[in-house]
Amino acid sequence: MRHSSPRITLPVPITPFVLKESALAPWRAIHDEVLPAGRGWSRELARGQIFRIVDLEGNQAVDTLFFNARNPDERYSATDTIRAQGNLYLTTGTRLMSGEGRPLLTIVADTCGRHDTLGGACSAESNQVRYALDKKYMHNCRDSFLLELGRLGRGMGKRDLPSNINFFMNVPVTAEGGLSFADGVSAPGRYVEMRAEMDVLALISNCPQLNNPCNAYNPTPVRLLIWDAAP
Amino acid sequence: MILEETLRGGQAWSRRLARGQILRVTDTAGTACLSALFYNAREPLERYNMADTLKAQYTAFLTAGRVLYSDMGRVLVSLIADSCGWHDTISGCGDAAASEARYGQGGYQELRNDFHRNARDNFLVELGKWGLGKRDLVPNVNFFVRVSADDSGRIAWVPDNSRPGAFVDLRAEMDTLVVLSNTPHPLDPAPAYGPPPVELSIRVAAPIERPGPDDRCRTSRPENARGFALTEAYAAEVEPRRDSAGTP
Repeated sequence: MRHSSPRITLPVPITPFVLKESALAPWRAIHDEVLPAGRGWSRELARGQIFRIVDLEGNQAVDTLFFNARNPDERYSATDTIRAQGNLYLTTGTRLMSGEGRPLLTIVADTCGRHDTLGGACSAESNQVRYALDKKYMHNCRDSFLLELGRLGRGMGKRDLPSNINFFMNVPVTAEGGLSFADGVSAPGRYVEMRAEMDVLALISNCPQLNNPCNAYNPTPVRLLIWDAAP
Repeated sequence: MILEETLRGGQAWSRRLARGQILRVTDTAGTACLSALFYNAREPLERYNMADTLKAQYTAFLTAGRVLYSDMGRVLVSLIADSCGWHDTISGCGDAAASEARYGQGGYQELRNDFHRNARDNFLVELGKWGLGKRDLVPNVNFFVRVSADDSGRIAWVPDNSRPGAFVDLRAEMDTLVVLSNTPHPLDPAPAYGPPPVELSIRVAAPIERPGPDDRCRTSRPENARGFALTEAYAAEVEPRRDSAGTP
């Protein structure tokens, strides 16, 4: 066990997830890199390209946003995505919707089975509220997002950070309206794969959170692969 | 009362609420969906953050005793009273396409000022008045609406969540720009377009309504005590000559 804190594993009373594997071979990918824990990343994906995120060591939250690459004012909308599919959790078949009601990408394979879009990204300030006022110094997803947007030099910044996706993170909501951060449902090697439905800009923070179980208290690297559209 | 105003069905509204003022919104018919967004009136780059609000309070909905967090760890407004019991913030707002799909075209040319307005367009109009726009649209609050989720995550509209006369009191903890849209929720199955009037009133918090040490919203969670501390530190930064109750 790589995490040092004791964890309690509860029986999981959740509907069995439907898992779907991909037939794509990593050696055919046009891009293949490992993103270390705590790092930001951004890249344009052309329409039709397939993007895979691999949770290399298990239970790593990957905070992710997508924008229309040609007009970034059109961006991922968590609430439009939830309403479009009538479900809070993202998995195979989920269309990641923009605020304009158009799909940015579609999830086409998923060996984890459930991803969050309610939990948002951690920030220095929300860490102060959630954990302690003296946690402000800790590295956080919003800092990674801001640094990545700053480096891009496209004039994008904090205004361009709406509610995001947390791949591999488990934030169950109960019928009574409770919300918690539960132990992850992912495991080493699980992945999620999506097809770009338009040219999109992907923005990722490989979450550095150390204060809650979203990363099993141990942020780890993820692998990012891109395949060209099938001919 | 600083203001009393009726929002017609379909109407949009925006106004700055000064720290220490209380906005009461009342659902006259018991069927309203009042969609709302909140910004720091001094620096609207700081805005309501659904995720931080839910995470800090371990909840998927809003009611009395809870607060609305900005993305900067501060409390924009507190829900100090609520006779409805459940307000949604996970299901977003309707747009022109959703409205047309459910109610038909409903254009201005045919219906004049009873035309079918929708929350997203209303938000864009009001935000435009403050130099804001699409980039400032984030997941909103839907007062008087309940959308529930089952174990598998499937969401459902819960009927009869509100009742005639139900109200919420929102106390501003910092100078806040409030943007409202009185328009149907996209999951509301009612077949006809008919948002009811919503009453708005603004008053200054009485001494007993101010966020003192025993305030219900401040003490409802240890997270909120820290959120209020950060908010009060910000007030001291931007308005050093006002006292802690917001009185100049």
